[in-house]
Amino acid sequence: MSTQNRINQLFQNKKENIFSVYFTAGYPLLEDTVRIIQALEKNGTDLIEIGMPFSDPVADGPVIQHSSTVALKNGMSIKKLFEQLATIRETVQIPLILMGYLNPVMQYGVENFCKKCQEVGIDGLILPDLPLNVYQEEFRSVFEKYGLHNILLITPQTSDARIREIDEASNGFIYMVSTSSTTGVKSNVSDFNKDYFERVRQLKLKNPHLIGFGISNRETFENACQYASGAIIGSAFVKALEQEATLEERISSFIKKIVISA
Amino acid sequence: MKYQVDRKGYYGEFGGAYIPEMMHPNIEELQQRYMEIINSYNFRHDFIHLLKHYVGRPSPLYFAKRLSEKYGSNIYLKREDLNHTGSHKVNNTIGQILLARALGKTRIIAETGAGQHGVATATVCALMGMKCIVYMGALDVERQAPNVKKMKMLGAEVIPAVSGNQTLKDATNEAMRDWINNPEDTHYIIGSVVGPHPYPDMVAQFQAVISEEIKMQLDEHLGREFPTRVIACVGGGSNAAGAFYHFLENEEVELIGVEAAGKGVDTEETAATLTLGKVGVLHSAKSMLMQTEDGQIVEPYSISAGLDYPGIGPLHSHLFQTKRAKYLWATDEEVLEAALELTQLEGIIPALESAHALAALKKIELKPDEVTVINLSGRGDKDMETYLNYFGY
Ligand SMILES: Cc1ncc(COP(=O)(O)O)c(C=O)c1O
Repeated sequence: MSTQNRINQLFQNKKENIFSVYFTAGYPLLEDTVRIIQALEKNGTDLIEIGMPFSDPVADGPVIQHSSTVALKNGMSIKKLFEQLATIRETVQIPLILMGYLNPVMQYGVENFCKKCQEVGIDGLILPDLPLNVYQEEFRSVFEKYGLHNILLITPQTSDARIREIDEASNGFIYMVSTSSTTGVKSNVSDFNKDYFERVRQLKLKNPHLIGFGISNRETFENACQYASGAIIGSAFVKALEQEATLEERISSFIKKIVISA
Repeated sequence: MKYQVDRKGYYGEFGGAYIPEMMHPNIEELQQRYMEIINSYNFRHDFIHLLKHYVGRPSPLYFAKRLSEKYGSNIYLKREDLNHTGSHKVNNTIGQILLARALGKTRIIAETGAGQHGVATATVCALMGMKCIVYMGALDVERQAPNVKKMKMLGAEVIPAVSGNQTLKDATNEAMRDWINNPEDTHYIIGSVVGPHPYPDMVAQFQAVISEEIKMQLDEHLGREFPTRVIACVGGGSNAAGAFYHFLENEEVELIGVEAAGKGVDTEETAATLTLGKVGVLHSAKSMLMQTEDGQIVEPYSISAGLDYPGIGPLHSHLFQTKRAKYLWATDEEVLEAALELTQLEGIIPALESAHALAALKKIELKPDEVTVINLSGRGDKDMETYLNYFGY
């Protein structure tokens, strides 16, 4: 174990244009998980969110709902995911975050889950239905015990006061949801709420932030990067995995379309 | 007050508000303001007025003479089926539409299973001139067709939910997604005692009028306020919560909830959540939940669309855990027979959901001097096709 979390290292070394990708574990095929992670790193991805599929993902739009349904049909589970990730740190250096809903984690056992995360080399967690107060009261100590950063969300409706509270409770980075929506909305740069982006920048938070939701192409990625340390692409990437060609080709051509320097 | 929600929104270990940050402003506002609003003079005035003159309350507490004779006991039916729109659901939608108005919301969303909550929501939206969008599982759109037509005539937009089993759970997912996408002008009228705090408590308070009336009406009939027992069906648990509410603290009153066993609790086609479930989090509350070992939600099944839900309200999980209430189950077949029995003994065609409560009569021992109140949560018009297919009339 390194003493410093890989998420913090990333943000120390790179202040802008951080390119982060979400995908659903076990999709398109059950055993694609590791290959996707490796191909993403090879093509210049800075940070990966590995989605743990859930039967009822209320914060997600149709694309991630679909990938989750398929992944579950393929046999994906948290147990299976940890098996797949058992040796991931032999080949992959970038920070890895698990993202999913609370119920499967609860059934796995929260402490067991965190312990396993540490064992395989996970750096952080995003659990959208784990709200700030419950995290602080019931989960924080166990996350910290196993060196896991909890990544919290903010939205255009989040008040300044609450953003500050979230900043206080965060380590790693803050996940800034671009528009009030579930994942997978097709945004244009013109849909972005510049006042909100500007408002958050003015708050001079202690944590860096990444912008996610509705980032789907070079234009939206570059625009989001003007207001944050980087941006997160989810549904657009998951959708790209459906195309013909080998997995590695699909991934590299998708990333080339978005990041020039990758 | 052992069975009331606590300050953080829990009933014992159940409840809470496991919401994504996108829902925080709306839920926070509700948590902060619901008590003040529903206890205000204006709200009480309008709520009571509408329940009386628009819904037709109080609903009768009817002594079912022939049914009583058959079971050798005293059976009363609380006639929620006689409410405007045909079920108890309207008690809640009247309350929530007044709350939405007080909050300045102009757009209403709802989920529905049997379509009763959807119709009750579309109705109050017409009454208040608000825009109404109802999410309904695509399967339920088919099996509850008359209610879909009613909602449309009332001016609501009905959006079929095509994910999962295409039933109530999936409709609820879609409604929550809608709220995430429309955080400013929209109020979500949840149809049962489920969802994040304060919904379970708020909906229970709106439905509590049922037991408030039962007490007064029993007093009129018999000179006593407390029955031996109260029986109600449980999907999410709102009609049961309302029928139990004013009896919760009087432990002498036996409380019985009846879940939908579908084709049987030993099959995979069932919706008997308390009988088969484990603690988990779905639709923003911690409660009992039908799920796999991996924590994926199990697709439920019941002939009755209104009970076809893999979860249950946190109040009921608490009443179950503390043994304050007892929960039985009834299979599709038992329910259909119970519906026919009531129809032919009393001339009342019950909703399939309500027939679950009636089916419990065969599962408990009734003594001659006992008084049993069955909450007849709704009428059977919407289920005629199912009845006709089964009985072959
Ligand atoms: C007539 C009737 N009874 C009962 C229910 C179940 O809901 P709850 O358990 O919230 O009362 C429904 C739901 O649609 C219904 O229409």
